[in-house]
Amino acid sequence: MPAVSGNRSKLAVLGPLFSSHSPQAQAITTLFVYILLLAAIVFLVVAALVGYSIVRYRGRVGTAEPHPSFGSRRAEVTWTVIPLLIVIALFILTVRTMAFVDAPERPSQPPDVIISGHQWWWEARYPNGGVGVQEIHIPVGRRLLAEIDSQDVIHDFWVPQLARKMDAVPGRHSYIWLEADAPGTYQGECSEFCGMQHAWMRFRIVAEPEPEFSAWVTRQAQPPVAPASGVPAEGARIFQQKCRECHARSGPPLDHIASRKVLGGDLPNNPGNLARWSTNPQSIKPGNHMPDQSLSNAETAAVTAYLETLQ
Amino acid sequence: MSGLAIPAEQPRTGWRAWISTVDHKQIGILYMLTGLFFFLVGGLEAMAMRAQLSLPNLKFLSPETYDQIFTMHGTTMIFLVVMPVLIGFSVYLVPLMIGASDMAFPRLNALSYWLLVAGGFLLYVSFLAGGAPDAGWFSYAPLSEKPYSPHSGMDYWALSLLLLGFGTIASAVNFVVTIATMRAPGMTIRRLPLFVWMTLVNSVLILFALPALNAALVMLLCDRLLAAHFFDPARSGSPLLWQHYFWIFGHPEVYIMVLPAFGMISEIIPVFSRKPIFGYGFVATSTLAIAFLSYGVWVHHMFAVSLGHVFLSVFAASSMLIAVPTGVKIFSWAATMVGGSIRFTTAMLFAVAFLLEFTIGGLSGIAFAAVPVDWQLTDTYFVVAHFHYVLFGGTAFALFAGAYYWFPKISGRLLSEPLGRWNFWMVVIGFNLTFFVQHFLGLLGMPRRVYTYPDLPGWGTLNLISTFGAVILGLGVLVFCANLVASMVFGVYAGNDPWDAWTLEWAAESPPRADNFEKVPPVRSRRPLWDLKHPEAADWAAGAD
Repeated sequence: MPAVSGNRSKLAVLGPLFSSHSPQAQAITTLFVYILLLAAIVFLVVAALVGYSIVRYRGRVGTAEPHPSFGSRRAEVTWTVIPLLIVIALFILTVRTMAFVDAPERPSQPPDVIISGHQWWWEARYPNGGVGVQEIHIPVGRRLLAEIDSQDVIHDFWVPQLARKMDAVPGRHSYIWLEADAPGTYQGECSEFCGMQHAWMRFRIVAEPEPEFSAWVTRQAQPPVAPASGVPAEGARIFQQKCRECHARSGPPLDHIASRKVLGGDLPNNPGNLARWSTNPQSIKPGNHMPDQSLSNAETAAVTAYLETLQ
Repeated sequence: MSGLAIPAEQPRTGWRAWISTVDHKQIGILYMLTGLFFFLVGGLEAMAMRAQLSLPNLKFLSPETYDQIFTMHGTTMIFLVVMPVLIGFSVYLVPLMIGASDMAFPRLNALSYWLLVAGGFLLYVSFLAGGAPDAGWFSYAPLSEKPYSPHSGMDYWALSLLLLGFGTIASAVNFVVTIATMRAPGMTIRRLPLFVWMTLVNSVLILFALPALNAALVMLLCDRLLAAHFFDPARSGSPLLWQHYFWIFGHPEVYIMVLPAFGMISEIIPVFSRKPIFGYGFVATSTLAIAFLSYGVWVHHMFAVSLGHVFLSVFAASSMLIAVPTGVKIFSWAATMVGGSIRFTTAMLFAVAFLLEFTIGGLSGIAFAAVPVDWQLTDTYFVVAHFHYVLFGGTAFALFAGAYYWFPKISGRLLSEPLGRWNFWMVVIGFNLTFFVQHFLGLLGMPRRVYTYPDLPGWGTLNLISTFGAVILGLGVLVFCANLVASMVFGVYAGNDPWDAWTLEWAAESPPRADNFEKVPPVRSRRPLWDLKHPEAADWAAGAD
């Protein structure tokens, strides 16, 4: 598909679809622009026909009955055949764009990243053992094969500026190309209703140059360093006691939580929010699977201090 | 003429008459009033959602409540409003339009209605029984399964839809038999009023679509109540099985909710343009084409699932093809107005607005047939905008037109035209303000079914406009209700044929007598009353049959 050049900046105000940052998303935008133009033309034809009738054929009381006309085979065939031709053209464009945009249904290469939906967070596992939670890093300009799946209900992985959305269906492995042509942070979200916190199942794609990316993914694969002493060490002890079991089994891994920009979907990752989340997660994201914790103020401060060391 | 003898002792007035009635006119009215009641309930639910979404990060509704409300709104509007009101119009009008005295099976007709009441009751009693259903109107498994929706709301939902489904199927059987066997002499299939024709096609659609839903509901109930695992992937069930079953029902359902509305428009535009419908044959045949194609497009609801390109392409082609017969209808209605002598009654205003709004809804639908665009826009507010243009801008506008057109026949009085203008302009302005901006919200990436949203650029403003529009729309609907009540009491007497119309129901009294007609006029063309009034220019003589 040829790219519609220049629309990125001018139409960006219309949203992420019009500021696409990958060849795949750009091709979809191009197809969408064609459909938009087509729809506008068809609407104008119908509106002109209706508008003309309203003005020209407004009846007055006492007007004689108009001459009955029961149809015209030529007109009827015309407005059957022309739409049919448009539909055929649109179908061809659609199939070509599908082939360009989509990863193979059963790829022959192993995935570069496996992305799993959980109620209500995203996890990205890299081949080196690195894990990204809510923040998924990718290298700029290199197309990654991403496998999408789900650990519970159906979710949908969507980064409007970068790629098609893909349903994350439990028990199925689906594949998309994930690519960004410029460094930056791209908003992502869950696009299939998945329960109470569907709204905040938001995430970020961080596209960065290859060296930064490989540094990040290497760091994510390293086990966290236990603090030797002081308040963080006390926090680590409480964490072992009260938090670790769930977070190792079903909750999001926290091994590198301090390196993340946001918590729980859209909350800035700072000590205050981390402390709030540690004790009262239900007040921030009602319905999420972490129960409120009965931590004392000192315990909360210690756990927060520990988590803050997990770069 | 009916299959079963009707008891001779039928009270004709008082509440007992309404409870025990088997008269198609009374049952039709009950259907429409029940639908109107639930329209107000579903509308209140919509207002609650718009209030919650008017600004980012509001806490007016909890996520739990919001999920129940949007599930109830969708389920209510589809199963307790659009379908009952459409069926109510058909129950009331079909016998009159074909010159019959009642439906073929009057008792079955009453049973269908009371199943509606029971289904509606069951759905709403869930609020008192631990919580309303909360998995959306299409209730995707495994979210709708016990582990993720443990309270009994989903069970009430499934049982309620089963009851409603049985009632709807019974109605469909009733329509098919009535239309097949009870037409007045001379009314051949090719002379059927288009509303009756579309009711017939619609009934066939119901007969083949609803059983798929019923089957899926039984499977869901087995999963939830008997620990079966049809849809549970952990025990080798398939969540996609639910989606296939649901949408094999669900896409024909979209046409079930719109074909009778097409029928109404096909009656109303000609009468107020003072011209017969342009291209009866194409309009009728395109209905068959839509019905046929509608069984082969369901996967376009699942394009975001990885299903293989060949498979997806087939469904993209069929989904795009359905635009052709739909386009034929729109051009035929518009061409009916060309060369006419148009009378802008409120009914006609709504019909003309229908043409434009429905066209927008149809065109935005192309975005979802073009698979890659669907991969971006599905499950965003663009979809919400799209289907409200189809179901509100389309079906509801046609129903308003139908209400203004047939109310005089049903009540004997005209609806107030001045109130009708208020009703019309408030609904048109409110509707477009509410839903047009939602296209942009979708393009901005706002997913549907979220109880709140972050304060991203544009999101708050557009949502506030949408909520503002919803208030105007809601007030417009209240004006309609006020018009119904006021005109029942103070409305101008309509006479039998206030619109100088052409189909048989206008030959009956307003309101019609118990057995509808003293004498059915002869039917020698599609416009028997035109022939009666203009013997010098009769359609049958003009060879327009």
